[in-house]
Amino acid sequence: MNKQNNNYIQKFVLSAILAFIMIVSVPNIAICGQVPELGVKNSTRTVPNADGFIQRWLILEPIAANGDTQNAVQRIVKTEYFPNQFTVVPKDGDKVTVNESELTWHAVDTNEYNVNLYYFADLVGTNCNNALFWTVVVVNCPEEMTNVRLAIGSNSASVWWVNGEEVIGIYGNRCTVIDDGVSKRLTLKKGPNVIRGAVVNASGAADFCARFLDSEGKPLKGYTVNVE
Amino acid sequence: MKPIRCIPLLTFFPMTIAIIMLAMPVFALEGQIGTHDPTTIMLCDGKYYAFGTGGRTHVSEDGWTWGSGPGTPNGGGMGPDMIHIGDYYYMYTAGNVGGQPASRIVMQKTKSLNPESPDYGWEPMGVVNTTDGVEFCNGIDPGCFHDPTTGKFWLTFGSYFGNIRVVEMDPETGLRIDMDEYFDIAINCEASTIIFHEGYYYLLATHGSCCRGTDSGYNIRTGRSRNVTGPYVDHTGVDMMQGGGKLVIGSGGRYVGAGHFGLIDEGDGVQKFSLHWEADMDRGGSSVLDIRPLLWKDGWPVAGENFKEGTYEIESVRTGTAIELAVEGVPVGGGRGGRGGGGFGGNRGTRGAGTRGTRQGAAPGGRGGAQGAVPGAGNFAGAIGGQDAAEGRRGGAGGFGTFGGRGGENTGAARGGARRGIAGRGAGGGGGMFGGRGGGEPMPDQNAADVLANWPEGNIDVRMANYMCQAQQKWTVTPVADAGGYLGAPYFKITIAGTDRALAVSEDGELVALPAFTGGNEQLWRIDMLTDGTWRIMPKFVSIAGDSLVISAIGNSFATLEKFDPDSDKQRWLFKAP
Repeated sequence: MNKQNNNYIQKFVLSAILAFIMIVSVPNIAICGQVPELGVKNSTRTVPNADGFIQRWLILEPIAANGDTQNAVQRIVKTEYFPNQFTVVPKDGDKVTVNESELTWHAVDTNEYNVNLYYFADLVGTNCNNALFWTVVVVNCPEEMTNVRLAIGSNSASVWWVNGEEVIGIYGNRCTVIDDGVSKRLTLKKGPNVIRGAVVNASGAADFCARFLDSEGKPLKGYTVNVE
Repeated sequence: MKPIRCIPLLTFFPMTIAIIMLAMPVFALEGQIGTHDPTTIMLCDGKYYAFGTGGRTHVSEDGWTWGSGPGTPNGGGMGPDMIHIGDYYYMYTAGNVGGQPASRIVMQKTKSLNPESPDYGWEPMGVVNTTDGVEFCNGIDPGCFHDPTTGKFWLTFGSYFGNIRVVEMDPETGLRIDMDEYFDIAINCEASTIIFHEGYYYLLATHGSCCRGTDSGYNIRTGRSRNVTGPYVDHTGVDMMQGGGKLVIGSGGRYVGAGHFGLIDEGDGVQKFSLHWEADMDRGGSSVLDIRPLLWKDGWPVAGENFKEGTYEIESVRTGTAIELAVEGVPVGGGRGGRGGGGFGGNRGTRGAGTRGTRQGAAPGGRGGAQGAVPGAGNFAGAIGGQDAAEGRRGGAGGFGTFGGRGGENTGAARGGARRGIAGRGAGGGGGMFGGRGGGEPMPDQNAADVLANWPEGNIDVRMANYMCQAQQKWTVTPVADAGGYLGAPYFKITIAGTDRALAVSEDGELVALPAFTGGNEQLWRIDMLTDGTWRIMPKFVSIAGDSLVISAIGNSFATLEKFDPDSDKQRWLFKAP
């Protein structure tokens, strides 16, 4: 083998090694569908997916919180951490100050039925342990939709509001299960409806999913989702 | 089959509950139910009617409380049966001609069973069968069957002398088509009838001895055939012409001697049957009318049980979660220190206040176990447990080893919470992650009185959750006097055990737990066993309206009222020992 070939081989090997090092040295690149995308990236996420799950959300970087029992979670989510917490419809990039820390609202697209908060937290440089995640989305209905139900799942506990009314809460150390919690019958008004969720996680994995069910228990379609 | 006709039956029922039998009282029907050899129960103008041997007649507005009915047409008779086909109710009554086994069956018809109806009036139509006392048949105990697959009408008859026979009748007239043609289908039984289910004809007949009070061996058995004219074979392959028959119902509890099966098909997966007991021990051993659920197991009919009062977990067949009050549960016994942290907690910590949180910063991770344990003895006596985890919010339990109770085990220390925040280090004198509270003494059940102070006053929402043997998940089901009933059972209230907090339907049509039972129809429940042995639950106000809303699981954690779907498991429930 001549010297020139040896150089090529050496360069190739060196490049491969460097590439490998780069990959493993960035521990938070998880190559899987569970990793959400920050920012509004996917135009198809403006409607629920085939199974009715909402795949676009605004999520605030997590706030420290501890406790997943019913009473503890209710206290956590009823605490006002920043002004207009229960009415704000934020935009991507909006910032709030919580306990002297600046937190940012991120628009998030997910490729899955759920939003993986573990990876979200990692993407924004933190983690999901003992944390409270606020999430908001605006659901635009072409007409009034009656006798619908909000169906959620979360890891772990979560409480949800529709147009300012608390509609469902699930508590305890739990994994996300589709339709784990289902609200009483609701009416979505024509036009925008604000869906707000608070997910409280103790440790380990964290995620949530949400969709609406129609009067027959089937996934509700026919509305659009907006985070801008 | 003897379907109930005249007015469309309730088209209902969403919930099923399977009962694990407890030694609780089964309820007999209320009122005047003394009878023998009752006809299939008929529904007419909103009331139920039954006729028995010797002129006993019964009428009920709800199928639970019975009174004396209109007189038996033409003075009575023996072992009658009835059927409603087209515009007419046909009643077939037997009588002996001289002594048994010479006998005959006569038929009468009317357009209404309601004496106040202008259509009421029995019209004798003559003899449909005779047996001469020599031939191998005692032609009594007629049983009517209208074949849903062919529209043909058949009559069975016979008693212990000789065979059970089936003959074809004219559904237009109720009369015999051919007086000479018959088919022998069973022997050594009586009170026969045929029903149809999923491709098979089932001959139901009563075996055993009649008319001896508590010494009566009466029991109802069955065989099946692909042809209405037989042969009818039981589950072991024995032909009913050779005495075969699979047991459907026999004596039990306070009742002796089951006889004279009559099908009641309420539709939507709810079937019941009428019978009489030779002896009801709660009524001095007299012969009484009863109604029981009919189940189907592996293709065979089996008698179910009417609901028994008691305290239960009410569990969804679909989700496996149990109905509960939407309150924070307290672990039985108050809980104990658990494992601290989790897989991620100890290493990464949480974001502390005031910082964006480096990975190592702020409050180190995880939760320790709960406080409060006494350091145990042993070689690795518990230090303050979960030392590392104690830097988390709750600190570790003191002194419980992982394998508490063994004291001095190496494993205790080895697994002590240094890295993982597991509560306790070192072996203790008891308790620990797997040792319970130590000592091995039985823990008392959690009763409502233990935790009631934590519950809000006023209405409480209802949801479903994993069953944890907690007080808010235990329900006492009790019959309510003078609240009426339905075929075979009274209405019930469902209250949290040890309280008067009652399950009800709220104004928005969802479930709620009221502070106290006040007797309203939205607080009373009809509980029907479905043919698979599970149960459905329907509020009384729905039942009496003839609607079909029942308790239904929706999602994992919520129960609501929905229209009954007999093909769905959302509305099937188990009542399990708590």
